[in-house]
Amino acid sequence: MNELSSVDRPNSYIGRSVPRPNAKRLVAGRGQYVDDLRLPRMVHVAFLRSPHAHARILSIDSAAARAAPGVVRVVTGAEMAEVCTPWVGVLHHLKGLKSAPQHALAVDRACWQGEPVVAVVARTRAEAEDAVGLVEVAWGELPATVDMEAALAEGTPVIHPALGDNLAFMREHVGGEPDACFADAESVVVQATFHTGRHTGVCLEGRAILADYNPAEGRLTAYHSNQAPHMMQTVFAKHLGLREGDVRVICRDVGGSYGIKVHVYPDEMATAALSKILGRPVKFSADRMEGMVSDIHARDHRIAARAAVTKDGVITAMEIDDLTGIGPYSVYPRTSAVEGNQVVNLCGGPYALRGYKARTTVVFQNKTPTCQYRAVGHPIATTVTEGLVDLAAEAIGMDPAELRRRNLLADDVYPFKNHANLSFEGLSHQACLTKLLAMMDYEALKAERDALRAKGVYRGIGIASFIELTNPSPFMYGIGGARISAMDGATVRLDPDGSVAIASGVTEQGQGTEAMLAQIVAGAVGVDIARVRVTTGDTETTPYGGGTWASRGAGIGGEAALQAGHALREQILVIAGAMLQAAPEALDVRGGAVVDRATGAERLPLEELGRIVYFRGDTLPKDLPRELVATRHYTPKDYPFAFTNGAQASYLEVDVETGFVTLLKHWCVEDCGTVINPMLVDEQIRGGVVQGLGGALLEHCVYSPEGQLLSGSLADYLLPMSGEMPDIQVAHVETPTKESALGAKGAGEAGTAGAPAAVQNAINDALRPFGARVFAQPFTPARILTALGKI
Amino acid sequence: MKPAPFAYARATTLAEVFDLLETHGDSARLLAGGQSLVAALNLRLASPSVLLDINGVAALRGISFADGRLRIGALTRHAELGADPLVAQHAPLLAQAVPHIAHAAIRNRGTIGGSLALADPAAELPACILALEAVLVLASREGERRVAARDFFQGLYQTALRGDEVLAAVEIASQADVPCTLQELARRHGDYAIVGLAAQSARGALRLAWFGVGATPLRTPRAEAALAAGDVAGAQAALAGELDPPEDLHGPPALRLHLARVLLGRAAAALKGH
Amino acid sequence: MKLDLSLTVNGEAISARVEPRMHLVDFLREVLDLTGSHAGCEHGVCGACSILVNGEMVRGCLMLAVQAEGAEVWTVEGLTESGAIAALQEAFVARNALQCGYCTPGMLVAAATLLKANPSPTREEIREGISGNYCRCTGYHAIVDAIEEVSRA
Ligand SMILES: Cc1cc2nc3c(=O)[nH]c(=O)nc-3n(C[C@H](O)[C@H](O)[C@H](O)COP(=O)(O)OP(=O)(O)OC[C@H]3O[C@@H](n4cnc5c(N)ncnc54)[C@H](O)[C@@H]3O)c2cc1C
Ligand code: FES
Ligand code: FES
Repeated sequence: MNELSSVDRPNSYIGRSVPRPNAKRLVAGRGQYVDDLRLPRMVHVAFLRSPHAHARILSIDSAAARAAPGVVRVVTGAEMAEVCTPWVGVLHHLKGLKSAPQHALAVDRACWQGEPVVAVVARTRAEAEDAVGLVEVAWGELPATVDMEAALAEGTPVIHPALGDNLAFMREHVGGEPDACFADAESVVVQATFHTGRHTGVCLEGRAILADYNPAEGRLTAYHSNQAPHMMQTVFAKHLGLREGDVRVICRDVGGSYGIKVHVYPDEMATAALSKILGRPVKFSADRMEGMVSDIHARDHRIAARAAVTKDGVITAMEIDDLTGIGPYSVYPRTSAVEGNQVVNLCGGPYALRGYKARTTVVFQNKTPTCQYRAVGHPIATTVTEGLVDLAAEAIGMDPAELRRRNLLADDVYPFKNHANLSFEGLSHQACLTKLLAMMDYEALKAERDALRAKGVYRGIGIASFIELTNPSPFMYGIGGARISAMDGATVRLDPDGSVAIASGVTEQGQGTEAMLAQIVAGAVGVDIARVRVTTGDTETTPYGGGTWASRGAGIGGEAALQAGHALREQILVIAGAMLQAAPEALDVRGGAVVDRATGAERLPLEELGRIVYFRGDTLPKDLPRELVATRHYTPKDYPFAFTNGAQASYLEVDVETGFVTLLKHWCVEDCGTVINPMLVDEQIRGGVVQGLGGALLEHCVYSPEGQLLSGSLADYLLPMSGEMPDIQVAHVETPTKESALGAKGAGEAGTAGAPAAVQNAINDALRPFGARVFAQPFTPARILTALGKI
Repeated sequence: MKPAPFAYARATTLAEVFDLLETHGDSARLLAGGQSLVAALNLRLASPSVLLDINGVAALRGISFADGRLRIGALTRHAELGADPLVAQHAPLLAQAVPHIAHAAIRNRGTIGGSLALADPAAELPACILALEAVLVLASREGERRVAARDFFQGLYQTALRGDEVLAAVEIASQADVPCTLQELARRHGDYAIVGLAAQSARGALRLAWFGVGATPLRTPRAEAALAAGDVAGAQAALAGELDPPEDLHGPPALRLHLARVLLGRAAAALKGH
Repeated sequence: MKLDLSLTVNGEAISARVEPRMHLVDFLREVLDLTGSHAGCEHGVCGACSILVNGEMVRGCLMLAVQAEGAEVWTVEGLTESGAIAALQEAFVARNALQCGYCTPGMLVAAATLLKANPSPTREEIREGISGNYCRCTGYHAIVDAIEEVSRA
């Protein structure tokens, strides 16, 4: 770790499993989630949502609702449109992406079951719901476009006639010479069609916002369960006709996010607008049932894919045809084309392919809108890629681990530009695979599997290598015209008591952002971590920034904090030098005191330095700078994204009589560069793995042909529970990015990226004696029994 | 979601319950453990105008054994049922079923009476009652009437309970030392079963009661006869004619039929090994 | 129509008037400002609302406040102040057995209930014991570790 010299200081916390400072508050039930907050004159909103997938709003009669007890106001789409302007979810760099204007409340037509149509504001949520039941809407049902396969077919109703068709976006990419590879007579071609079931995030805390517009000041304060306060500040200002400076967004504790709480939701926009209309605080707390039809969904893809492999084990080419249905609107402002775009970018990613051809077709349909959810596109691309690799191994009779070893990018080829034009600064596929196989004792596990198979017990081993995109630069959203900051800042300040305060633009939803920032700054300045406190999630008091998403908190926010911490230390040393009549270079800050750099002997406690600077500045030289606060910003410049990589494995048992899968064990080795806090990184991985396992085995947004969500409660949308989840062993390889002094890349999504592929491959390994295979997630008993020919 | 408004009344005697039922008629609902009803209220799937809380009615509590019959009061919580020594001795099938019902917190509140009165076709206890050939004691102002389990479950969430009646207890002839087994397949711990089977041996005969395969828990007499004769394959084959399972999110009817056959095989092995 | 309600919450005698339709978690959160207990689904599935009523773990969303007449209710706030779950809380923090923390108050109640009934559970028994409580963040492994740690202490 010699590259780490600038962070590896005497009292560095980098690499140490420090507990999170905010966890103590949360275990005591002292969190402050939006729904916990209450303001004077606060009222509650409930929404009448469309019961139909597609219907014209012929008329709305709200007289009875307006007269109901406790009701403050009933607002329809037409009235809302006067206060809140519509938005269109497109980005310029996603060429050809189109979408229709979307309103906070549907104006004359509802386009999915669950779209908000009428807002009722009342003294209590219960009264608001009572009155929603009294609103009478005359609906004119329209034919719904539900099946994405038929979305572009002749005769399928076009959801937005002004757009001409139901095609939102299409992208094709060809790298190298795929056709020649597939035509090669010496190669074997394997193929399969994969389905990744539609999922949703199900944050245990539903989406929530408490909007407080103060007419006297003309200012809106929004307490928001959200990952990107500055982005929301811009959006509220733009669509409510306010100046950005007159909007303050505060994100305190957030009860889970995973990418769900980083989008613009019509009901949340409507709540902010209602506060402006009423001039009083309005709270919206999505209940679970409305969350299931209005939180973004994701991963509704069908991918036809094939790969060419030479008989001696060189994977030469892959071809991917991806189709995805995104609901009736591309979600604002990140758009719903990013996931399909990622599938094109990421397939085959761990390998050096000679030929690559990929296409994504993104279509509109009358279902809940989809958008970016944890590991955007990665689980899909990994499932396809690693599914093909296992098919290739089987086709040429090679051990799947061996085929990977032969084809994964070598650890010394970097920098490397791949078949999808992705630039890799430095990855460690081979090292990760080697470590994974050792950790799981691959050979022993295979022997166990084989021995049990002879006894009629069907176990399978599945491996998946993957790449993960982290630390996005402006190339992700900014170049497309979205005001989503790729830069983040940190302000670090020494107070007179010798404590250090950090304010950062990245946000905390439980990942450990605040712990990570405290660790970095404590080390950079030279104080005990207990003397550091962190503020995040407030547009008024933190430097402008992007928030936490796309695994950017540590890599970008952490680097800004590191630089700011260093700057504060320099400031301290200059002042201390003057006070101690010493050269600043001869001093250092360690353990909360200025020390002699060479001997470590304590010269001046920071509280004494603080006392003099703040209260007895008269004793200091007149021209001495007295700043004890520094702000630094960071944005990645050399690479559009910092790619990370890893490998996962799943060991499981399939009951071939019932089709039930029992997960026995899961392993993940991943490389996120510098590991700041091993415990926090491991738990990010584990949590991510289980979200991936949920998608692979249990979770599914199932729709009726009419576009009704059938799995719309937690009794039907099955989340992973503790009883069925395995223990997960995690290990790391560290290849720090050289772009930053910290060297950290992201780790938040790696678990989710690889887990479904590992499970798919393990199930197919278990089923191999029967010649049965499954490629449609979730891998339910019904699908496994069908593959086995038993039903 | 929050429930629609309703009035609430607490009863401590059966007489009070009957009074309240008479006054409020169909717009009233009895509240026992609330583990199904309160969820339905929160979802506004049910909106009675009055809830009659029967949790304080002592006459509906208690487990006793007399004259070869076990009597289980309707307010017996699932957790009590699972821990009761009389139940373990005389109706071990019920004790076996309890760990499969939901989770600890729900078992602490949910009652056998609520489960039977609700008659969820995927629930364990209604099928057990059927396999045990229990008798349900229905109380009204006119007195008690006894209904055999097979006559109690009449359709999807439909039972023989009349609007003026309360399910007071179930009575079960002792099954001490008679083999029984409960088999079920659920996706996760505590989930309602995709398919389940409550099997109770009885003097040379065998009673198979299925849950999750139809509108009500059901018996399969032909499979019972085949299995009693030791013909497992014949019993499995008979199921095709006796079960007509629905399609739902878990899969097509063929899934349930197949799983039922598997469970039958497992039940046969379990009973044999008893 | 509101009804009178008297009960003990976290050792404190409480009298209030509540609408019958208000469930117990809403009562704790909205009327008593005890916001530590959470409502993650309000249909009995997620366990975020788990609290103790007369010593037993229940789903706070599936019990009406009026049903708690005369009852003794304990929530995470009271259990914290009494020290009843201190060891678990310490282990959860040390092991990072929480991320967003939304599930944690309910999870702690489930863990305490499990350990009371079974002081030295296996990992499988721990997994089963907390299986009625969703955690969407952690993947459960760290929670199982933390409970196991306390059971061994
Ligand atoms: C997440 C979850 C998972 C569950 N999983 C399972 C499971 O796997 N298996 C299972 O069997 N159950 C399951 N349940 C349901 C649980 O067992 C319920 O407790 C039970 O079904 C109803 O019992 P209760 O006492 O709670 O009745 P309540 O909810 O109070 O009442 C249910 C119905 O019965 C009526 N009723 C109640 N008592 C009487 C009576 N004495 N006379 C006449 N009518 C009466 C009520 O009016 C109401 O209509 C689950 C519940 C939840 C929330
Ligand atoms: S809120 Fe009670 S179980 Fe989810
Ligand atoms: S810590 Fe977020 S749900 Fe458990």
